[in-house]
This record gives sequence, C-alpha cells and structure tokens, in this order.
Amino acid sequence: MRKLGEIVTGVAGRGVVVPGDDIDTDRIIPARFMKCVTFDGIGQYLFHHVRFADDGTPKGHPLDDPRFEGASILVTGRNFGCGSSREHAPQALMRFGISGVIATSFAEIFYGNCTMLGLVCARVEDDVQEAIAAAVLADPTVQIAIDVPSLTVTVGAQSYPFTMFSSARDALLNGNWDPLRELQVRMDKVRGVAAKLPYAGFTSGL
Amino acid sequence: MSKNLFRKVWDAHAVDVLADGRTQLFVGLHLVHEVTSPQAFAALRELGLSVAYPGRTFATVDHIVPTDERARPFRDDLAEAMIVALADNCKQYGIQYFGETDSRQGIVHVIGPEQGLTQPGMVICCGDSHTSTHGAFGAVAFGIGTSQVRDVLATQTLAIEPLKVRRVQIDGALGKGVYAKDVILHVIRTLGVNGGVGFAYEFCGTTIDAMSIEERMTVCNMAIEGGARVGYVNPDEKTFAYLKGRPYSPTGAQWDAAVETWKALASGPDAEYDDVAHLDASTIAPTLTWGIHPGQAVGIDESIPEESAVPVSERGTWREALEHMQVRPGQPVQGIKVDVAFIGSCTNSRISDLREVAKVVVGHHVAAGVKALIVPGSWSVAAEAEAEGLDKVFLDAGFEWRRPGCSMCLAMNPDKLVGDQMCASTSNRNFKGRQGSARGRTVLMSPVMVAAAAIKGEIADARDVFGGVA
Repeated sequence: MRKLGEIVTGVAGRGVVVPGDDIDTDRIIPARFMKCVTFDGIGQYLFHHVRFADDGTPKGHPLDDPRFEGASILVTGRNFGCGSSREHAPQALMRFGISGVIATSFAEIFYGNCTMLGLVCARVEDDVQEAIAAAVLADPTVQIAIDVPSLTVTVGAQSYPFTMFSSARDALLNGNWDPLRELQVRMDKVRGVAAKLPYAGFTSGL
Repeated sequence: MSKNLFRKVWDAHAVDVLADGRTQLFVGLHLVHEVTSPQAFAALRELGLSVAYPGRTFATVDHIVPTDERARPFRDDLAEAMIVALADNCKQYGIQYFGETDSRQGIVHVIGPEQGLTQPGMVICCGDSHTSTHGAFGAVAFGIGTSQVRDVLATQTLAIEPLKVRRVQIDGALGKGVYAKDVILHVIRTLGVNGGVGFAYEFCGTTIDAMSIEERMTVCNMAIEGGARVGYVNPDEKTFAYLKGRPYSPTGAQWDAAVETWKALASGPDAEYDDVAHLDASTIAPTLTWGIHPGQAVGIDESIPEESAVPVSERGTWREALEHMQVRPGQPVQGIKVDVAFIGSCTNSRISDLREVAKVVVGHHVAAGVKALIVPGSWSVAAEAEAEGLDKVFLDAGFEWRRPGCSMCLAMNPDKLVGDQMCASTSNRNFKGRQGSARGRTVLMSPVMVAAAAIKGEIADARDVFGGVA
C-alpha cells in the first residue's frame, strides 16, 4: 500500500495479461472473501474463482503462471472493474502486488476507488492494448513503465500514449490521491453548505 | 436553457473544487451496511477522528444476515464478527442502527425510501453500487468505496469527478406481462453495459411517468448495470404521495414547504443535457439475460445470439458467456432448465413485486426439483405481505418464504447456488460466481417471469404460463 501523501509520478515493473472485457469486481474479488472487517490478507483471494477450481486446484490463470510471477502491471480489456462498488477489488489488486492497470476502459466507481488508493489506471486505445499484451506474452520479462506526467507507457523500447482523468493525474502528482486531509481543511465551508441545503430542517435529525 | 435536476442538486451540494479538479460534494444522507463500512470506521479510529454529522448516517445489516434462522450468534463466525463490528461502530459514533431484529431492518435500498429518509433533492451515498435506486425520488444517489465511506463519516463530504447527464426518454405503454425490470434490461441491452460510464441517467418519458415509485426504483436500481453511477427520475405527485406520512418525512407546514421545494427541482422542458437517448417501450417483450453480464439480454421469444449478430468487439465476452452458461448459439431461451428460483434483492423485493407474483401463482405449484425462495426486502414488506396473506399463497405454491436480506443476490449469507446450478433470479447481476458458486449460472428476469420459470422448471413465457393473467 502507498504511504499517505506520496507523490506518484508513475509505476514500473513487469506485466501480466488478464484477457477479457467487462471483468467485474465480483470476479476480481468474490463476495465470500468480503466477509472480513479488515482488508488485511485480501490480496491472496484476487480473482479466486477464476484461478482455482472448487476443490482449490489451480486452473492455470495468468496470475499463477510462473513466467509472470512478481508482475506489478495488469493488462486487461474494456470496462474493467464494472459492477459492485466494493473497494475490496482495488485493495485486493494492490495487496497482491499490482500497482498499475492498463485497460481499454474502466468502470467509473472502480476507477475512483483506485485513484483514492494511488493505484495507477492507464486507459489505452485498442491497438495499443493489443500491442502491449502481445509484448508481455512474447517476453514476460519486458519492463513496463507508466509515466504519469507525460501520459506515456513504455514497454521495452516502445512508447505509447495513454489517458486518465486529469483529476486523477493531478491527484497522483500532488500526492493528494487520498483527499481526506483536503476535505477536512474546508469544514467551515462544509457547515455553510449544510446550513443552506434546500431540505435543511425537512427531517428530524438530519 | 435551464439546469436539469442533477445539476441543481449537484450545485446545491458542491462545497468546493479541490486542487486536482474533483468536486468536494456534501452528502445529505449516508447509508451504511456491514460489508463496506468496518474498514472505514477502523480508519477513523486509527486517525482519531469523529463522525462530523452522525444524524445524517443510518445503518442496517442486510448482506450477511441469514434469511432462515436469525438467532445470534450467527452460525457463521465471520458474519457474526461483521454484525458485531457494525453494532459497536454505530454505538460508539452515535449512528442510528436498524439491527437484525428491528422492525425497520431490511435491504438498505428498500428501507431508505420506506422510512422516508430518501427524499428528492438529496445527495445520497452508500458503500454499495445499487444506491442509484434512491434516484427514483429525484435524489442524486450513488455508490462509493470504503475510503469514501470514511471521508463521508469524517467530513460528510467526498471528492468526486462531476458527471454528465444523459436524458433517457422512454415512451409508450408496456405490453401485458412486461414490467419495469424488462424496461431496464432493455435499456441496458440497447445502450450497453458501459454506455453510461461518465453519465447520470435521467429516466423520463410516458413509460416512466406511468410507473409507480416502486417500479421507478427497479429502473434506477440497475442504472449502474448500464455503467451509469447515477440514475434518477424527476419527482412528481406520485413521489410526494409515496413519501407522505413516512416516519422521517416532513410533516405539517414543513411538508407543504418540502413539496414546493421538490417540485422546483424537476428538470424543466428547456433543461440542458449532455446527451439524449430515445427508446420505444411499446415493443419491449419480457426480457431476460442469457449471458454473464446484464447487457447480454434477449426477449423471451428470442434465441441465444448467433456469432454474426454480435458486434466483433463483444465476441470475446459472447464466447465466454456461451461456455459459462452452457448454451449454444441459436438455442431458444424458452425451455432452458432451471434449478433455483430467487425472488428478492434491492431490485425486486418490494411489496408490489410480491403482489404481482402472488396474483399469478395461485393454483400453481413449483416444479419438482426446483428450489424456490422469496426473500422480502424488509420486515415492513414482510409484515405487509403477511397481513395480505401473500406468504400463504407462496407457501401453498411451493415457495419458501424467508426473512429480509440481500440473500442470494450476492450470496454472502447461507443462501447460495451449488455447483453449476441455473438460477432464474430477480436480482441485478448475472456475473460469473455472483450467486455463491463459481460455476453457478444466473438468468435475470422480472419476478413474474421467475415465478413462471419456478413453476415450469424451465425458462418460460409468463404470459403463456399464467394464461394472460400476467
């Protein structure tokens, strides 16, 4: 996990390709592993249902392929992280050792949750995704670097552009990806907004 | 051009714009449940923070509660630890908690409206993606992650990227046997599972106008399945009639003031949108999913799509779906055997859903070998159903009548599919493994269609099974 306030200019490491579109957060972390009161240890259950058979036998998922052991950049398809808002999904990714995700698109709540944790999400065009996935499969030792200031992902000797929300980029670069302290400094303004809500006083207790 | 409802509500709640461009947004109502909150409370404790507006947070337990034996401690130690943590956290921070035996307990998205907590014009958040349900009242309601739950507890605000607004206009009268569930499945099928990413969906048009509040909740509930974090309907007389007299609704002179305020929120005829989509509801058939995401849907008279009918970009998921669901291209959906029938979840567990089912199942019986569950959305729904004798109708027809909770929608309690069981389900997600078994298969449909599947033991057209009653 990242240290609070850490400036994130990029991530680098080896890649692992998890193919498929519309990979939902139930698949990233099945609900039964959310029966917990802490995120500790959740990384081991990442993609559990697709990695292991009912009896626990590994099914040969890329995350368990020795060639990709230690990979920290996950390369995947369209609409990654759709479905449930569970932060358990990015928490499981990070705690497994993933610090960056390259995809052709992301689901919105998941993307926001990743930003809050300083997990770098790079959106690339289809042909770029295909080229990166092919490069990783051809040579699992190839180094991938996601550079946030230049919005460039480098794979071996090749460089490609990627996009991200400018707010996510700024949040990573100013170290305020976890916004709590920034939210706290404006509590006077917060009280002002609360007092002027059109429904202030409509409900007892609210 | 004037502001649409979303923009009016957003602007009234915007505290500031952060250095990175995210908006600091005030949250009028924060709902909490046991699964996505313990880490947030732990973070507060670790940071030595208090809850800024404890009166604006309400908690209940729904995901992990058993729907049969409710005695404490729960047989599942992990579930017990979660409910203990929630009760303790609420007690420590002064948050109203509707526990497992409280008459106000139920699925968080059922009880918010039921209690009158959900009101037009509010920003409503919960660590749960189906928070979009509350948009049926003209609220801006969306799911958040656990770190944001922490932020809302600590400051009553969160940092969020602004959304665009797409007006989704749906016109036309629904055919017999076609329900709100069919409409939203059709919307998702048409606009795509990621078509709504970056958007709030404003549902409008004559079809939506004609819907009851509970039907609108079903539609807004599944906005997120179309990628839209927010779905909402402009408030109207039905909204006000639903809210009048609820426990937390305004009363007396405040009620009159509230109604005036709420009326002014609705998007006007000249309201501005970022995008518009039109759909014709008159041609929608009873609709069901055949694959592994809610956009892989067909009408009951259709077959599993052939490859040529699937856009190239979606063929990967199509292939994956065929394999997981054990179906073949061109196979009619009618006649696919089901093992389990589940009526419940925040999509379809309200009293109107149960009344529709009770109306059609009289005189029928669940097919041999099919396990059929009906799980009411709340104690209040259960009490109403029992007062009307619906529970007897269900039991006579061979359904199990359970206690309120999320149950087999996501199977965090003991209600789970086994092996590769096929489940006809009124819930909202047919993702692989969603209902508790990695190989389990889910077909999403309306409550009446699930009832038909339970009775025939296979996917069937409810309009045939119930002889025109549906």
